[in-house]
Amino acid sequence: MKIPPFAGTALAALLTLSPAAQAHKLWLLPSHTVVSEAQWITVDASVSNDIFDVDRPFPLQGLTVTGPDGKEAPVDHRFEGHRRSSFDAELSQEGSYRITLFRPMYMAFYQLDGERHRRRGDSAEALLREIPEGAEEMRLSEVMNRLETFATVGAPSDFKPVGKGLELQPVTHPNDLYAGETALFRFLVDGEPAAGVEVEVVPGGSRYRDNHGALTATSDDNGEIKLHWPQAGRYHLEAAYSDDRAAHPKADGRRLQYMGTFEVLPL
Amino acid sequence: MRPWLSLFAALFAGVAAANAAAAELRLEVEIPRMAVAEYHAPYLAFWLKHADSGEIVPLGLWYDDQDKWLKDLRLWWRRTGRAQSKPYDGLTGATRRPGIHSVDFSPLPALAELPAGDYELVVEAAREVGGREVVRLPFQWPATGNKTVRADGEQELGRVQLRLAP
Repeated sequence: MKIPPFAGTALAALLTLSPAAQAHKLWLLPSHTVVSEAQWITVDASVSNDIFDVDRPFPLQGLTVTGPDGKEAPVDHRFEGHRRSSFDAELSQEGSYRITLFRPMYMAFYQLDGERHRRRGDSAEALLREIPEGAEEMRLSEVMNRLETFATVGAPSDFKPVGKGLELQPVTHPNDLYAGETALFRFLVDGEPAAGVEVEVVPGGSRYRDNHGALTATSDDNGEIKLHWPQAGRYHLEAAYSDDRAAHPKADGRRLQYMGTFEVLPL
Repeated sequence: MRPWLSLFAALFAGVAAANAAAAELRLEVEIPRMAVAEYHAPYLAFWLKHADSGEIVPLGLWYDDQDKWLKDLRLWWRRTGRAQSKPYDGLTGATRRPGIHSVDFSPLPALAELPAGDYELVVEAAREVGGREVVRLPFQWPATGNKTVRADGEQELGRVQLRLAP
């Protein structure tokens, strides 16, 4: 299937429908992930081919920073530049913070006058009203992308699953990752362990390599994957899943994607 | 007609007439099929490097007219690309899909004037959101008989074969 190129916006990449990993990767990159006193951190957000080298910005709608007490932490200096978006987050308490960008959407695909079209929108109803008359082969799909990273003041604390879409439930804490060790992560779909989630992990610094050097894994019956960290650095993890549990009755399915940034420290 | 074909025709008309018994330098290059979610045909660059002097003779460039990605042909860019501007030297043309493609560099005026010696033909491939690879084929110019030099890429290039004739 050939899909005509989208307008080259980062939002397009955020909404791209593909079961496998995307190469124009979206990411959040925190300045610090493990700190020993309360402080502000800064987070860059970009979509790029070179992992963790900025290229294009994207809107920060749907951003939440959740503190160890389950409450939202303060965010400051939201900014969308020419090559990246950025914001600061205040880590004022001991424990772990989850930084998430989650914006469920719907996408409509249809043919009109022999040409393929697609549209996106926050509401399925509004999107359906926008479909022009005479459109054929209309297909509606729910898209749930979660973009995430973590930071911890002092000792790591646990996260409660959100229970919506595809998410990563850390068995190994995401701020307790060290080179040479193996991490265990569990993937949940709507809060339940999900088997068969395809995962791709790319080490940062791909600009300086001739290939992406991606590690791949598929979640087992418990929704779990094991990842061995060959060396210290930042890693981009991307997981994808699809099912037919879209909320809107006219949607034929759901595409779920999880994109996380993990920092592995040397010991 | 692709731009390089017209260039090819123009060059061929001029050079072949003047140099009917021109030596032959043809390349067959395989672009491997990739099982990836997002595929872009690779950009390819071809050039000769004189073994002793290191002098570069650009032979060609396959790209999609987007200068943005030319820097990803990192070796070509450093050796010759960054000192050029459109139209790039040699036989330029559009990117090719996976498969075996052949290109005949024989009509290039630069070859008619190429001093005798040891050379490498260098092929570099760079694929957007994919990898990059360089393959080198050493040969002597002019060829003393019909010769074939072959090298195999590992990722971005398959078999690369150079055919020479005096």
